[in-house]
Amino acid sequence: MKIHEYQGKSILARHGVAVPRGFVAFTADEARTHAQTLGGGTVVVKAQIHAGGRGKGGGVKVVAGPDAAEAAAKAMLGMTLVTYQTGPAGQVVSRVLVEEGLQMTREMYLGMVIDRSTQKIVLMASQEGGVEIEKVAEETPGKIHKVFVHQALGLQPFQARQLAFKLGLSGDEVKKAVKLMLAVYDAFVASDAALLEINPLVVTAGGDLIALDAKVNFDDNALYRHLDIREFRDLAEEDPLEVDASKFQLNYIKLDGTIGCMVNGAGLAMATMDIIKLAGGEPANFLDVGGGANAEQIKNAFRILMSDTSVKAVLINIFGGILRCDVLAQGVIAAVTDLGVRVPIVIRMEGTNVETGKQMLKESGLNFTTADAMDEAAAKVVELAS
Amino acid sequence: MSVLIDKSTRLLVQGLTGREGTFHAKQAQAYGTNVVGGVTPGKGGTTHEGWPVFNTVADAVAATGANATVIFVPPPGGADAVMEAADAGVALAVCITEGIPTLDMMRALTFMKGSGMRLIGPNCPGLISAGRAKAGIIPGHICKEGRVGIVSKSGTLTYEAIHQLTANGLGQTTCIGIGGDPLIGTSFIDALSLFAADPETEAVVMIGEIGGSAEEEAAAYIKATFKKPVVGFIAGQTAPPGRRMGHAGAIIAGGKGTAAEKMAALADAGVRVVNSPADIGRAMQDLLK
Repeated sequence: MKIHEYQGKSILARHGVAVPRGFVAFTADEARTHAQTLGGGTVVVKAQIHAGGRGKGGGVKVVAGPDAAEAAAKAMLGMTLVTYQTGPAGQVVSRVLVEEGLQMTREMYLGMVIDRSTQKIVLMASQEGGVEIEKVAEETPGKIHKVFVHQALGLQPFQARQLAFKLGLSGDEVKKAVKLMLAVYDAFVASDAALLEINPLVVTAGGDLIALDAKVNFDDNALYRHLDIREFRDLAEEDPLEVDASKFQLNYIKLDGTIGCMVNGAGLAMATMDIIKLAGGEPANFLDVGGGANAEQIKNAFRILMSDTSVKAVLINIFGGILRCDVLAQGVIAAVTDLGVRVPIVIRMEGTNVETGKQMLKESGLNFTTADAMDEAAAKVVELAS
Repeated sequence: MSVLIDKSTRLLVQGLTGREGTFHAKQAQAYGTNVVGGVTPGKGGTTHEGWPVFNTVADAVAATGANATVIFVPPPGGADAVMEAADAGVALAVCITEGIPTLDMMRALTFMKGSGMRLIGPNCPGLISAGRAKAGIIPGHICKEGRVGIVSKSGTLTYEAIHQLTANGLGQTTCIGIGGDPLIGTSFIDALSLFAADPETEAVVMIGEIGGSAEEEAAAYIKATFKKPVVGFIAGQTAPPGRRMGHAGAIIAGGKGTAAEKMAALADAGVRVVNSPADIGRAMQDLLK
């Protein structure tokens, strides 16, 4: 799960990481009030969306005083911000963060993720802050310094010191950096984060280390034990169809094509998208109905598929290991009848009771095309969609 | 021969009395697996579907001589169940549970070190040695005894590969679903090294997916030491970056973990990489001609 910058900063602050003073605003009026509360001087107005690269898209403005803060917020709220992370459709801004303006002397990068190969948490730091860290990693990987954290004992001060010196810090800054990194580690572990980035981490003119930005993603599997974090979820940032699907334990991701897919299992669902593309079509979605889909889920899956108006044909690819093909056929027939689905449907199923399932589809009198192999099914659905 | 499980395996089911545990214990037994009992805390001393139930894995091992366990406990207790199995001295644990928090798994993997236990999964379909035994949820009826090993991150895509091999007249030794989570007990390399040492396995199907770098690491291993022919497929060639495709681990992040990179690395290692998932069986048949 992703959250907004201001929410991420509240988590960091709770664990002792210094962040700028600031408040979230949902209206331009609120932005003015916050700018006044912050002393009436220079403030930064930052669009809150779940994507990076906001500055380049006009989503970050440094302004002088409450009037300018109100104007900046007014311009930002309601605008569609397009960044390299949002995709071409962009994301509508519905809240802004108003923060105190800071004089800074250095911008650095600090990030934390779980490294799959070593199966450890890795803390990364770079002197190249405030820029796209992906580019730094790609072009000059030597400029990103890493320490791997002991799984049971956690981040040790010497490791944080190593990174602080690699960042070129000295004197008191080193001590502050060590304290900050240990606090970041605490925040990461305590909140079951999957990714935590502070970009930039700045040194202020006064010599303080402050998290000027915060990006935190969480491990969805651990959200059951973090009710406070779950409340940070902003459904407006998510695709409404995906939100709808998640209510029925369906894993749906909307894509740009015309062929709707319904598959059991994530790997097979991805492979089905791939084979549609190879057959010359474009998948309209990723949809994993899970291993034990029932009739109700299949119906909801169809409803969600069909609410995407660009879908011209549907491919159902089910390998029934646990899920029986006759149960699947029954569910599909009921869903198509109840929902009045009109687009052509190609069904490829394998596994337990496949012959009974096929017979049921044939006898239903509905417009189904069946296929035995994946490539045959893909070729048929691409033809029907064009 | 086969790897990891066979007729001599004495299998325990953690979470036996649950719906999934019961169903798959019966399926495993029907396939010929020696299922010796189950563990459900609080139900020790009872029997379930004819199997003895124990409160702890240690009790179960002491009473039954179990040397393997398959775990069907709900996600919040998944990592704990893995650690309990390691502590009881079980040689092989297969964790089917989907949805275990990553940091829980990190701790369990740390706890396991030095125990000698091999963990398959979590979030995996388990494994099956064709015609011999199975631990997990891979349907037995699609398998056929033979000489091809399978290692895969995916569940149903593994079934698809098995189905294609069987349809092409190629049987399997052991099919291993290693799981789609970011942290797993057995990697592609671990599984490949098991197949390397198994004289009966003549070739391997390897099915990867987007995210992480396990496929690239496996490619380097294959290039350096693995001598048997390999057919490879990577799912997610059309997946958009930044979106998690079902599996917790299946995400292209920061431009890394793309299917194209993985396919190139495998091809460079001499793996017969197929673009279409429908070509896995045919490609293997071609390689073994």
